[in-house]
Parts: sequence; C-alpha cells; structure tokens
Amino acid sequence: MHLMNNFDFTKVTDVESAISSTQKSKGNKIIAGGTNILDLMKYFVTEAETLIDINSIPGIDNITELPDGGIRIGALMTNADTAYHPVVEEKYPLLSKAILAGASAQIRNMATNGGNLLQRTRCYYFYDINTPCNKREPGSGCSAITGYNRIHAILGHNENCIAVFPSDMCVALAALEAVVNVSGPNGERQIEFSDFHRLPGNTPEIDNNLEQGEIITGIELPEKGFSKNYSYLKLRDRASYSFALVSVATGLELENNIIKEARIALGGVAHKPWRVKEAEDFLVDKKANRENFSAAADMILKGAIGFEHNSFKIDLAKRAIIRNCMMALNPESQRPGAKPSL
Amino acid sequence: MKIAEKKSITLTVNGESHHLEVLPWVSLLDALRERINLTGTKKGCDHGQCGACTVLIDGKRVLSCLSLAVMKENTEITTVEGIAKNGELHPIQQAFIDHDAFQCGYCTPGQICSAIGLLNENKANTREEVQDLMSGNLCRCGANRGIINAVMAVKENAPYE
Repeated sequence: MHLMNNFDFTKVTDVESAISSTQKSKGNKIIAGGTNILDLMKYFVTEAETLIDINSIPGIDNITELPDGGIRIGALMTNADTAYHPVVEEKYPLLSKAILAGASAQIRNMATNGGNLLQRTRCYYFYDINTPCNKREPGSGCSAITGYNRIHAILGHNENCIAVFPSDMCVALAALEAVVNVSGPNGERQIEFSDFHRLPGNTPEIDNNLEQGEIITGIELPEKGFSKNYSYLKLRDRASYSFALVSVATGLELENNIIKEARIALGGVAHKPWRVKEAEDFLVDKKANRENFSAAADMILKGAIGFEHNSFKIDLAKRAIIRNCMMALNPESQRPGAKPSL
Repeated sequence: MKIAEKKSITLTVNGESHHLEVLPWVSLLDALRERINLTGTKKGCDHGQCGACTVLIDGKRVLSCLSLAVMKENTEITTVEGIAKNGELHPIQQAFIDHDAFQCGYCTPGQICSAIGLLNENKANTREEVQDLMSGNLCRCGANRGIINAVMAVKENAPYE
C-alpha cells in the first residue's frame, strides 16, 4: 500500500551524519533540491522511510579554485548558481550552456549539482509502476524494448534495459573530464566522470558507482575548459523544456584551423553520456571541417542500434555532431535553449 | 505501519508568519493552498512540469509542488497575493492586463511570479532569451505571445526595481 509517501523527515548539518544515516539503511534517502526525488515519490517509483535534508551542510555549496588551475564546484550549489557563476561562464562556458539547456529556470533554481548526477531516467515504463521494468524490479522485463521507445537508447544498451540518462549538465562534465568527489564510510575518494555512471549490463537497477552511504561533495574540473571553441546542441521535440532526443557537447582546441584536441560527448542516446576516444584522437592534427567531423561522427555512432521508434536518432546524432562541431568554431552562433545555429 | 509525526513549522508568506503542524510530505503548494488559504498559487500538474505552482522564495522563482513545506522555514515566500503593494499593481501585473497576457487565468499567477523572478535574475536580454527563460510556464490557452510582450514591455521600461 502506498501513501504519498509515509516518510519521516530530519535535517543533518554535516557530511558525517549524512553518511551514517544513509549507510544505516536504504530507507534513509537524501534530499537536496528535491526536484527529482519528490517527483519519483509522487509516482511511487521511489519511497523512503526518512528523508534526510542535507541543505544545511556547510562548505559544499560554493566554488573553490584549485592549485592546478581547475575548480571544485560544490555538490549543494544549485544548477542556476553554477551556470551563472562568473568563473564557470568564463572558463567553462560549455558547462554553463549545457546546464541552461536543461529543465526550466525554476527547476534550475532548486536543483543541485549532486542531485543532477543522481537523477533517474525518464523512461515512461520506469515511471509507470504498473509496467514491467528491470530497473525498478530486476528480472521483471523491459517494457520499452517492444513499447514506445522514442526517447530511448541507441548505444550501450542490452536486452535488460534501453533507458537513457537524461542530464544535460553531465554531457558537458563528461566532455570536460570532470572528477566527482565522494565521501563515505570508507573515507573520501575521487571518481573519474566516465566511471561514475554505468551501462545497464546485468545490473540495470544500478545507475552509478556510488556505494551505499556515499555522498557527492563536489565536482572537480581540470584547468582546460575549451572556452574559446565550444558548443552545446540539444535536439528535442519542443524548442525548450523537454529532454534531449540527441544532444552534443563539443570542446575544441584549435591552432589556426587545425584541431589540437577534441572532446565530443553525446546525451540522449545511452545510459550514460557517450564519448568515444578513438573519434577524438582521430581529429587531432586534422582540419576542423565537416568532412573530418563526419568521419568522427561515424566512429562515435559505431555499433548504434535503434528500436522501432528511435532509429532516427542514429542519423540525427551524426548530423548533430557535425553541426555542433561547426558551431564550436564560432561559439557566438549558439542560441538560447541550445537550438541549432541559424 | 508507523505513520510519521507532524512537524511544527513556521512559514513566512508575504511578510506574515504562519505556524503550522504538517506531515513531512505536505508540499509547499498544498500548505499554501489548503492550510494558509492562499489559493492564488495553482496546482496544474503537481509534478513540476507546468509551472503553475511557481512562487518566489527569497526572490527566486521555484516550484512549490516540488518543495516540502517542512524544508521552507526561515525563508521569505512570496505568492501572487503578495505581489501588489499597498493596493498598487506591480508593473508586471499591469503589463499582463495591457498586453492581453491571460485568457482563463489559471497559469497566470505562476506566470507573474516567474516573470518577476526572471526580472530579478536579470539574465534575459533578447526576446528569444525571455521566451527561453519563461519556458517553464506552460499556457494551454496560448496567451504566450501576450505574456512575452508583457515581460518585454516591463524590461524595456528598465531599470526594473
């Protein structure tokens, strides 16, 4: 029997208390911005015995500059404050643009960086507790594979799960090679961004590699922000306020028109942001033109398999990569809502 | 099955203190409408997808349907009822009248609070940016053009505030 949701509520004021509460029981769940967890609870997808409010924990809601020239962004900082922070806008504008392409202004004012990494898929069947879903109930089956799968994966999926990870911010974090700072019962550790989120494999019910009791305290960005040549492109069924069908984050380091380094990450196509290093390495010392971006796109989409309602994403993603890489040559051409350049 | 205990909280809404006993899962939206009788803020979808429940908390626009009442103590909450001052309409409210920015009026309180939040943020410059930054408020009647015209009219009369 469900109520919306018979949970108790308590506040913690330090990281240690958050760790010990969540380690003690899976029924103790953290709430920060609340924009995802409360929605999931209203649909009875998630439940809790006690919600632990971590918003009063000091010291993890700001930006610190690091000795190596990078920055650490606090887990409790809101998405809006992060996107509009002068250091992020100047040094990591790709991150700023990606955040601003997501959700709505109201949600960005509430949602936290830590929560953004931990948001769940928006697969319709995951959200509908009356349908089989291996992510919600391992072994029950995947309704999306034979269902309406327009917003689902074309890469990295298997017969267990074809859900997509919906965050825009994380596509940029993947491209920027962020590192996640985590604190838990066994102390602190750093998780490379590409190792944070998982593919479904045999455990579609597990989205990421946090252990029970661990909480995200910050996200570190290296010194390199690709602030001169970058672009975020988000293609969706509406001009705004919708999840991506396909999104692309591009960062380029150019010398004249020659690519010295490239980062390309895709959103909306897999259980985690999708990067293919081989494609990025291919672009080094090549001319920044459509032909080379197209060859890279083919590498990134290698092995893509679509379903009845989403195979269009394969060609769309290839074209989006080319378009976005060309936009990165002139970041001024980016438009509000991460729409394609005119 | 153990039912959680009610919590004693104080919410400051439109400058007034309200002492409430609420269960933890009561949303700020429900507390405003059902307990404090401020029914201006609307429940459109109750899932954070329509923006009709938008209120201002410490001057920032947020969704009250995805906020828990127990988490909003020690904040200044402003609802649409608190927008006019001393009987004088806020420039946004006047602009909504002047520019045909509402039909049924159901999304309107959320639109007004969202527009004021947008002006406070001071990030929207062009019309396209205003449209993008107001996109969290849906209007099924299609008064969007009037809404954006109203916001642009107030912006162009800047300095705002």
